[in-house]
Amino acid sequence: MAELVAKNLTVSAGAKAILSDASITLRQGELVAVLGPNGAGKTTLARAMLGVEMHAGSSELDGKPVTSFSPMDRARKIAYLPQIRPLAWPAAVRDVVALGRYAHGAAIGRLKACDAEAVNRSLGACDLHPLADRATDTLSGGELARVHLARAFVAEAPLMIADEPVAALDPRHQFQAMNLLRRYVDEGNGALVILHDIALAARFAERLVWMKNGQILADGSVEETLTETRLEEVYGISARIVETEDGPAIIVRSPARQV
Amino acid sequence: MSRWLLPSLIAASIAALFAACFLGSTPMGVSRVLAALFGGGEAGDAVIIWQIRLPRALAAYVVGAALAISGAALQGLLRNPLAEPGVLGVTATASLGATFSLYYGLTALSVWVLPLSAIAGALAATAFIAIAAIRIRHMVTLILIGVGLASFAGALMSLLMNFAPNPFSLSDMINWMLGSVANRGLDDIALAAPFMIAGLALLFVTRRGLSALTLGEEAAHGIGLDLRRQRLAVIAGTGLATGAAVAIAGGIGFIGIVAPHLIRPLTGHDPARSLLPSGLLGGVILVLADITVRLLPTTNELKLGVVAALIGAPAFVWIAMRRRPHG
Repeated sequence: MAELVAKNLTVSAGAKAILSDASITLRQGELVAVLGPNGAGKTTLARAMLGVEMHAGSSELDGKPVTSFSPMDRARKIAYLPQIRPLAWPAAVRDVVALGRYAHGAAIGRLKACDAEAVNRSLGACDLHPLADRATDTLSGGELARVHLARAFVAEAPLMIADEPVAALDPRHQFQAMNLLRRYVDEGNGALVILHDIALAARFAERLVWMKNGQILADGSVEETLTETRLEEVYGISARIVETEDGPAIIVRSPARQV
Repeated sequence: MSRWLLPSLIAASIAALFAACFLGSTPMGVSRVLAALFGGGEAGDAVIIWQIRLPRALAAYVVGAALAISGAALQGLLRNPLAEPGVLGVTATASLGATFSLYYGLTALSVWVLPLSAIAGALAATAFIAIAAIRIRHMVTLILIGVGLASFAGALMSLLMNFAPNPFSLSDMINWMLGSVANRGLDDIALAAPFMIAGLALLFVTRRGLSALTLGEEAAHGIGLDLRRQRLAVIAGTGLATGAAVAIAGGIGFIGIVAPHLIRPLTGHDPARSLLPSGLLGGVILVLADITVRLLPTTNELKLGVVAALIGAPAFVWIAMRRRPHG
């Protein structure tokens, strides 16, 4: 079982702490959503957990400091999907997905049979077969997001950290992308996903991590942690939570007092 | 990658090198050239082919190939199609290194001084660019820094020329600055070869990382790329290869931008798969440019670097104007 255990992570920029004393565990079989306003330190948390960001505290992958792994060994355990940036070159969809096999030694254009199979499976899972030979600069935002998810899945790592994988997607594509992540977790993997849509998080995740000002305010199940007081505390909004049979709905009434 | 790409580039390379042997101020027929090449024929013909034409063509070829591969690798590392040893000031700094050692007579110490000082200049420039790249968000800024570096190296070169002790060393320096493969022998190539081979080998061994960088540095690191090692490999590889190329031919620019630009669409825009074809095409282009230089009926032979810049600089402007970020 792969497990990423972070304890007391602290990251400072000059005198200001952008992440203080954050402890969090990511294990297989769980979809963890990280929620919080802009600047809460969500991305910093993800980067510190991966050992990409210099930090105090510890982040251990299977009991060993994550920084002691070579980038390749780490990538075989944790797939990392940073916020989506434009690609440098208009590569074909299949090639971009194949890059996800980098840590397995794959060279695009000359894939070994096992790598090619993994790429095909991942293309299929993300409904990308019809687009496989298209150049990525001809895709819509939703299609591109699916390409990035596919290249994260294709690594076949037991853990994944995804930073806003559904940002800028319309509701249909948001739902589709979250469905793919849910399926990945149901297959026995673990994912930590940074999200802005609380209802989407509540619908798909089993654990919510609430962050503000570089701190983790709460970490627990949807039932335990999704409360109207929490929304006010974290986002500074006065909102009503309505339980429906399709999961909780959140109705924002007004920004609360200045927090 | 299209199946015919490499075979046709190899065929073009052989054809260009052969053509360079046929053409020249002494007209020679196919049979005389073939006889000279393969050990028969008159002694005079053999001298013309083996000591003048073929070395010169080979020099142009390896220089073009090394510069094009260095350009393709730098473009992959910096994720910018305008990155190139000439534009980034690497060739200018390497020429400065070579000129400096000529000026102070250091080249008399050992035959290795000239290539080594060109390589030292190239490595200093690539290291400077790569260090700047770590702190810079916009790659356009990096190109500007390279242009600044090239101007500075050019200014220092002009300074040396200003103080040139006599017209002979002045003309020597102009040769280095403009770039030429005239009168190059096989021994010049042999001196530079170890460095060039080492640099190119380094670039080829680490080329998979260039593909990974298509995703951007953060995501490339995420899929398992060791960024620090990749940067070092490209700095050292392009420094060695470009320095060795300058040691043979002086400062020749823009080959590194034109060849990869033509090749990239044929290799699925994959920097790794673009390296070898870019190199072959770069070699062919420079041999053809050198043939043109030799055939043009000018009183003073045009410098190869001048012709390369006349073709390359407009191409640079054109690529820059059409550039847009890819989603």
